[in-house]
Amino acid sequence: MTAAAARRKERAIHGLFFLNGAVVVAVLLGIFVLLVTTSIPAFREISLLEFLGSANWNPTSFVKSSYGLLAMLVSTFMVTLGALAIAVPLGVGTAAYLSEVASRRVREIAKPVVEILAGIPSVVIGFLGIVLVGPAIARLFHLPNGLNAVNGSILLAIMALPTIVSLTEDALRSVPRSYEEASLALGATRWQTLIRVKIPAASSGTTAACMLGMGRAIGETMTVLMATGCAPAMPTSFLDSVRTMTATIAIELGEVPYNTTHYYALFTVGLVLFIITFIVNMVSDIVLRKYQKVTR
Amino acid sequence: MARWFRIALMTVMCLVGICCQPAEDVSARSMVQVKGSDTLINLVQKLAEVYMQKQPGKVVAVTGGGSGTGIAALINGKCDIANSSRLIKDKEIAQARERKVDPKRVIIAIDGLCVVTNAKNPVVKLTMDELGKMFRGEIKNWKDVGGENRPITLYGRQSNSGTYDFFMEVVLKGDYSPKMNQMNGNAQIVEAIKQDLSGIGYVGLGYVRDSKGANVVKVAAKAGGYYGSPMNQEDVSAGKYPLTRPLQQYVNGMPKPLVKDFLAFELSKEGQEIVKQQGFIAIQPEYAKLNKNLGL
Repeated sequence: MTAAAARRKERAIHGLFFLNGAVVVAVLLGIFVLLVTTSIPAFREISLLEFLGSANWNPTSFVKSSYGLLAMLVSTFMVTLGALAIAVPLGVGTAAYLSEVASRRVREIAKPVVEILAGIPSVVIGFLGIVLVGPAIARLFHLPNGLNAVNGSILLAIMALPTIVSLTEDALRSVPRSYEEASLALGATRWQTLIRVKIPAASSGTTAACMLGMGRAIGETMTVLMATGCAPAMPTSFLDSVRTMTATIAIELGEVPYNTTHYYALFTVGLVLFIITFIVNMVSDIVLRKYQKVTR
Repeated sequence: MARWFRIALMTVMCLVGICCQPAEDVSARSMVQVKGSDTLINLVQKLAEVYMQKQPGKVVAVTGGGSGTGIAALINGKCDIANSSRLIKDKEIAQARERKVDPKRVIIAIDGLCVVTNAKNPVVKLTMDELGKMFRGEIKNWKDVGGENRPITLYGRQSNSGTYDFFMEVVLKGDYSPKMNQMNGNAQIVEAIKQDLSGIGYVGLGYVRDSKGANVVKVAAKAGGYYGSPMNQEDVSAGKYPLTRPLQQYVNGMPKPLVKDFLAFELSKEGQEIVKQQGFIAIQPEYAKLNKNLGL
């Protein structure tokens, strides 16, 4: 092959990869523009104050339609933060066990099994929430039923676990061996090495893992739709029924007449969801960069 | 070894995934698509099953999603027949006209909407007024309707359900309490009620036929009146049960031969026998008269 032909090939491949990247950016921009343009007409009839300040969402009301985002927003955050509170300690612990303590044999079986957990359809997990987790919560807290934020948090934690375990384990394994050797040579125990050296050294990967897990939890729909009761009232505790933004969109978009205020309002909820995930990703990116600078 | 194990597992999961894919519609033309009400889905599925056995080569596909979803699909040209447990709304007729769709109504069965409670709940009869107050959130404790001192937990459907609308318009004449759990289908409400001593909910007659653990409440139109039961065929057909409603299907204009053939089967003696077997009530002469307008 001549040098010119090789260069042409090189350029072609270069172009192809550029195109791939450009398509992703274009799709993202397209979605954002669509959400914004479809959201704006909602505010012809809804005041911004009502949308952000009211907790009352009832577009199919018998008396008067109301479009308040607050209860949904609180519900989404409750379920997501609850899920993280369960999944992060459990996930990081499992990852530490898998990479440091477990024998090769255990690890070779356990890690793929954890990863398969990610392949369970969300409807199945939601169903487990109704027949298994819900009744258990009801008995534990002496409640009439277990359709509440705790149920949703537990289920979402299960769904976020594979991401957190898998990525954290990878991060722990990619900590240079010299760190571990230096620590052990200074007389630290394996426990001290793990807690004080390896986990902090892997914290950028761990943060990314938790953020991705959080993204999964915020966007999850079917599970929370089935397991949290979906009462539209403002939740006052984790034992109240909650209705997340994703569940509201899923319930109502199927039957909403096109180009009505209700239709536009649902897109506005989607836009808010988009902005939240965008911020989560931004923050995790900033944390990652900051940390990388420190270690260099 | 780990990699092989993982690859093997992934392969198995992919194969399972492929095998479980629903079959694509083979011949969209000779197929009747039915979509809508979850109250009607079991009945119409059974009707379609028997019909297809008798007429090999004809295909009737039935899916759920709620009455609103079915009517929206009819308007958008996505199905041939829309199952609905409520009447079409003026708003929907206007949208249909815009899209040159002319919805026509065929009544295929009569339903007594059942109010269900846990079998251990001593309250076995209620008036319409009491039901309205309970679901609007004005009566919050069972002791106010002659029961034990126990807070009431409300279970209802989601806003894409025709039953949700029917109950709101006939019983509540106002808004549902925001504390009401909004469940994803009739079966989920029955399941929840079986486990919840404090629960009350509403479901179609077809869902309480053989459900142990849930009790069907007798309902009177007003205090001191006759308490009718939907389980008693006579109460329903004589109009002594206040929550009686016709169940219907909407088609676009005069039905095509293929669609008409299936509708005729549903209204035939054999079809109406299946209606009774499924726990609903056969249509009475005054409704049959309405169907005559479509040549059925």
